[in-house]
Amino acid sequence: MARIHLKDVAHSYKLRPKSLADFALRPMDHLWEDGGAYALLGPSGCGKTTLLNIISGLLHPSQGQVLFDDDDVTYRPTKDRNIAQVFQFPVIYDTMTVFDNLAFPLRNRGFGGAEVSGRVAEVAEMLELTEDLGKRARGLTADAKQRISLGRGLVRNDVAAILFDEPLTVIDPHLKWMLRRKLKQIHERFKLTLVYVTHDQNEALTFADKVAVMSEGQVLQLGTPQELFERPEHTFIGHFIGSPGMNFLPCLIDERAVLVQGARIPLEPGVAARALGMSGAMEIGVRPEFLKLSNEPLDGAVAVVPGAVEDLGNFKIVTVRLVDVAIKVKVPEHQDVPTGIAYLQFSADTTRLYVNGHLVG
Amino acid sequence: MEKTKDNRAWFLVIPVFVIVAFSAIIPLMTVVNYSVQDIFGPNERFFVGVEWFKEILHDERLHEALLRQFLFSGLVLLIEIPLGVAIALAMPKKGWAASLSLVLLALPLLIPWNVIGTIWIIFTRPDIGLLGATINGLGIDFDHTAAPLDAWITVMLMEVWHWTPLVVLLAYAGLQAIPDAFYQAASIDGASRWAVFRYIQLPKMRGVLTIAILLRFMDSFLIYAEPFVLTGGGPGNATTFLSIHLVKIAVGQFDLGPAAAFSIIYFLIVLLFSWLFYQALQNVGKGE
Repeated sequence: MARIHLKDVAHSYKLRPKSLADFALRPMDHLWEDGGAYALLGPSGCGKTTLLNIISGLLHPSQGQVLFDDDDVTYRPTKDRNIAQVFQFPVIYDTMTVFDNLAFPLRNRGFGGAEVSGRVAEVAEMLELTEDLGKRARGLTADAKQRISLGRGLVRNDVAAILFDEPLTVIDPHLKWMLRRKLKQIHERFKLTLVYVTHDQNEALTFADKVAVMSEGQVLQLGTPQELFERPEHTFIGHFIGSPGMNFLPCLIDERAVLVQGARIPLEPGVAARALGMSGAMEIGVRPEFLKLSNEPLDGAVAVVPGAVEDLGNFKIVTVRLVDVAIKVKVPEHQDVPTGIAYLQFSADTTRLYVNGHLVG
Repeated sequence: MEKTKDNRAWFLVIPVFVIVAFSAIIPLMTVVNYSVQDIFGPNERFFVGVEWFKEILHDERLHEALLRQFLFSGLVLLIEIPLGVAIALAMPKKGWAASLSLVLLALPLLIPWNVIGTIWIIFTRPDIGLLGATINGLGIDFDHTAAPLDAWITVMLMEVWHWTPLVVLLAYAGLQAIPDAFYQAASIDGASRWAVFRYIQLPKMRGVLTIAILLRFMDSFLIYAEPFVLTGGGPGNATTFLSIHLVKIAVGQFDLGPAAAFSIIYFLIVLLFSWLFYQALQNVGKGE
């Protein structure tokens, strides 16, 4: 078990990177605590797999150091790193039985006999593979194969961290849920550091204690699912997390108030004052969940025109227009959507201000 | 689902029947025809039943040629398959070096077969051939026109030079198709170089190696042009393989009946062994 520290790490696949855009992973300093369950979330090509491969040692970073606890492992080969990895597609040794697959990492490290069969039996039990131990691995289903991949990591008792590279991509939806729960159990039992790469926000938010959201080679925010939802530090995170994503409304600011299309929007005290000295594109960010739509003129509400309604079964998404800007509002299923003119209420403690994409408060 | 019956569909199948008939069935039937008759002239033919088959099966020279053929094909497989896999493993994986080695390897495959024989005649001549003269210059007597062993060595060398590249290309394609994740997982599992070969590369190459073994068996079992040009089957009968023997009977002695009977047996042997190899390799894959 180990704490993983990425110290000023950056990576470029080009030999001589000229600008920041040449970096698949921009310079970053990152600390993953021992025993934490982390998710790396981001769209395809954002650098999550690069980051993962740097931790596992399949890739050496162009600059910076990788520290496990205080041990510099930057140039140590993968097999000496006490890391296990589960890949997107199940990797199993076709010609071996399930037992031999699970025993393989131990045998390669010189263990034998009773020690191997003891460990394998324990791990097989936990992953519900006991009945399949004698079978050929190649004949099994995708989720069983993925459990074998995971098992090869768990049999070693020297493993510091297990890395997952979108491990549920090829698994049937109803088994995904089961496998994810299995991961949770294993995490609770062994207190291993888990790093889980995915582009699926549901997977990331349900699996991890802390989620790092990545875009274009940088970690934009590392936080709990709640923090990411309520206080995204970047407009990208607001868009990326939540379904539908956060509303962003261009705004103007003066000494007294924040104005969107001339309508006054309440903010937490002090936020507007902080933004006053800044220059750049100003936006209000608010989640559809935190807006209240009504046909009565509520306190401080602004007048809007309701438009399209998407009924998603247990709630509705209503798109309303505030002069020129469209805003999505989540409305309870039983509430009737006003027609003609409606009133939209912002609440100061859930409305954020962004300047050039970054959170002000 | 309701089936509609329309006999006009048969018309669509006719072209295939015609092509297969002219390319395979009619020539094969001609051979069957010859194999059961004694033919003296256009209107003088007698049905002889299995007479030719009996005669052929008791032909000493044919037995020798058959043994020689098995030895040859066996050696070809034993040398070319491991060598081909070894070269494929050693080849660069990408970049210009990979392209260059592929082109260099493919060169022997592009040369007409009888030209290959000629190249090797000149290459191994004791007086002017680069290889022949060098070996003789080292004080070793080497002359494939005189010594049976030298003739065998020369034919084997030529065959290995000519056809190992095919095995390499197939094995290389098989290796390239293995996703990186397998190597990464193996390195995480602490697998040795040998374990990577034994448990990842070899199993993943099974399909292409099956094809390579079948092709190399069939081709080497039917080999004709290169040894015919190089040694003419000699010295003596040392390199008279089955097809060279067959041509001697058919064209040299004009014994069409025995030659036809022989052809059918020849065909069945190739078919049988190809099937056996295929079954064996399929079972290795299932691995029980």
